[in-house]
Amino acid sequence: MTSPLEQKKIKITGPSIVTANRTWDGVVIYRTAGKDWSTDLSEAAIVRAADEARALLAESMADDLGAIGPYIAPVEIGEDGKIEPGNLREQIRLSGVTIGLPVQA
Amino acid sequence: MYAYDEIDRTLVNERVEEFRDQVKRRLSGELTEDEFKMLRLQNGVYLQLHAYMFRVAIPYGTLSSQQLRRLAHVARRYDRGYGHFTTRQNIQFNWIKLAELPDALADLAEVGIHAMQTSGNNTRNVTSDQWAGVAPGEIEDPRIWAEILRQYTTLHPEFSFLPRKFKFAITASEHDRAAVKIHDIGLRLHKNAEGETGFEVLVGGGLGRTPFIGKTIKPFVVGSDLLSYVEAIMRVYNQYGRRDNIYKARIKILVHELGIEKFAHEVEEEWQQMRDGALKLDEDVVEDIRARFFYPAYEKLAHVPDELRKAAHDPQFEAWRKNSVFPHKVQGYSIVTISLKPVGGPPGDATAEQMDTLADLADKYSFGEIRVGHEQNLALPHVAKRDLPALWKALDKAGLATPNVNLVSDIIACPGLDYCSLANARSIPIAQELTRRFANHDTANLIGRLHINISGCINACGHHHVGHIGILGVEKNGEEFYQITIGGRADENAELGALIGPAVPYGDVADVVEDIVEAYLVLRARPDELFVDTVKRLGVEPFRERVYATR
Repeated sequence: MTSPLEQKKIKITGPSIVTANRTWDGVVIYRTAGKDWSTDLSEAAIVRAADEARALLAESMADDLGAIGPYIAPVEIGEDGKIEPGNLREQIRLSGVTIGLPVQA
Repeated sequence: MYAYDEIDRTLVNERVEEFRDQVKRRLSGELTEDEFKMLRLQNGVYLQLHAYMFRVAIPYGTLSSQQLRRLAHVARRYDRGYGHFTTRQNIQFNWIKLAELPDALADLAEVGIHAMQTSGNNTRNVTSDQWAGVAPGEIEDPRIWAEILRQYTTLHPEFSFLPRKFKFAITASEHDRAAVKIHDIGLRLHKNAEGETGFEVLVGGGLGRTPFIGKTIKPFVVGSDLLSYVEAIMRVYNQYGRRDNIYKARIKILVHELGIEKFAHEVEEEWQQMRDGALKLDEDVVEDIRARFFYPAYEKLAHVPDELRKAAHDPQFEAWRKNSVFPHKVQGYSIVTISLKPVGGPPGDATAEQMDTLADLADKYSFGEIRVGHEQNLALPHVAKRDLPALWKALDKAGLATPNVNLVSDIIACPGLDYCSLANARSIPIAQELTRRFANHDTANLIGRLHINISGCINACGHHHVGHIGILGVEKNGEEFYQITIGGRADENAELGALIGPAVPYGDVADVVEDIVEAYLVLRARPDELFVDTVKRLGVEPFRERVYATR
């Protein structure tokens, strides 16, 4: 999982979204088609081309107060239209750590 | 313990209010993230995958029971009820909210804890031997010098915007528990032929993308010259260190590219101009710092008390004692290492309840003092031997008596891809699986001392290069793979491990480590030849053959 921090250029190979962390608490958020943020991946705006991705990222970055560190991440779209994370990093960001926490919530 | 004076307390409190204002301005939009990032980093606040991470400084790994209780409070009130002790003797909280950070910092400041020197391109928390001040045979307590360096470097205007982060470590024992050879500047207190005490100064050690073992730049520097000599090194680094390429910005690259002789020459020229100036440390200043360290009023105790004799009949107690209890400089006392590596647990994590329990036990049995080691374990530095049986029972009840210190399941691991935004692969689940594979205490004892270090990326927070077995997570076509090295070590004979072959997938790592260990058990010359010595004697080839013959 190459860190998004090391991404040098935008390369889209399939459906993608823009994700970030919410500024006040750091929670994982996704950019929606309504130019807002949601913690629900199913509400994320899907882009499929580099131009679209660049535009969505630029719009997301303009919201400096709402979100920190926006970047483009791959997703997979199931047959039922469900949006799933496209790699392990995004799976972990969506679902949480893959280990039991020392203290259960 | 070191007692802060009024200047320290004022500085810490002012820092909280300064950061409170910065957070307020960030959350109101007055500061952009670009403007705020450096400010938050200078207060230990990173952004990880799920949340902000808050790294709190534990200078030279020394904590009071009151401070540990306050860390437990922060874990409980602002985080998810636990903290993670790091390879630089700090503690991290993984789920903290930016909006609540100023309150957390304020709560910590009440007991003299802060987050300065835990991030950013400045001098970082000065680390030391976790047995400092109590280890038998130590030249003197290295924390006195670590504290001098802490005070000197904290908010030092010349060294707050270095090309890259800068790490000091200091030891005063023959056996190096502080890993001084893998630091930007490593300091080893020793005596010269005339019997004078001074420092061997090493420079240019470090791990990460381009690992180097530190080189001796000056074999003997007297204490009064320490600050001027260190400043001369940092001035040369500040002047010539590369700011154009983050991967080449550490001092180790400069030392490597210039060569140690040329680098030493530059430092010497700089030093000769300033060595007798304002940085000359007079004995009064050193004595003033020394006087602010408080040492316990030890009792005169028997070398082997009755309580210990009786408890020796309990095999579980004996297994723990032999593994976790170490000699102390004062007769009748011991240093007790507390393993934070339970079978199946994340290395270095402690719950708030465990921290509270340890704080209570430190009050009862260790003069209220706790130490943090870079191996991600804790220690109680002043335990009377008569109290060992009672302490063991209490630790066992709290899940803190795993008898695996320095054994194969005492694994150092970074947070990896489960938490860290830099990581390429997970570290913790690999460590957990390995602790399960080597859970049998008799087997672990048969294997003997063996350090496994795991990093989830090339930044090497898990110090994989210097693990007897090092495991580095990499990414290949979207999948987690792991490179395995063997033969590394972080002690006075520090070496970088050698790669044994191609990276292996996530699911194979534990099998590969088992193969390596099984090969060692066959290959070792005698039962007390350590794994790392067998590798030194035979090289990697026999291990490579064993691992890859069937893969």
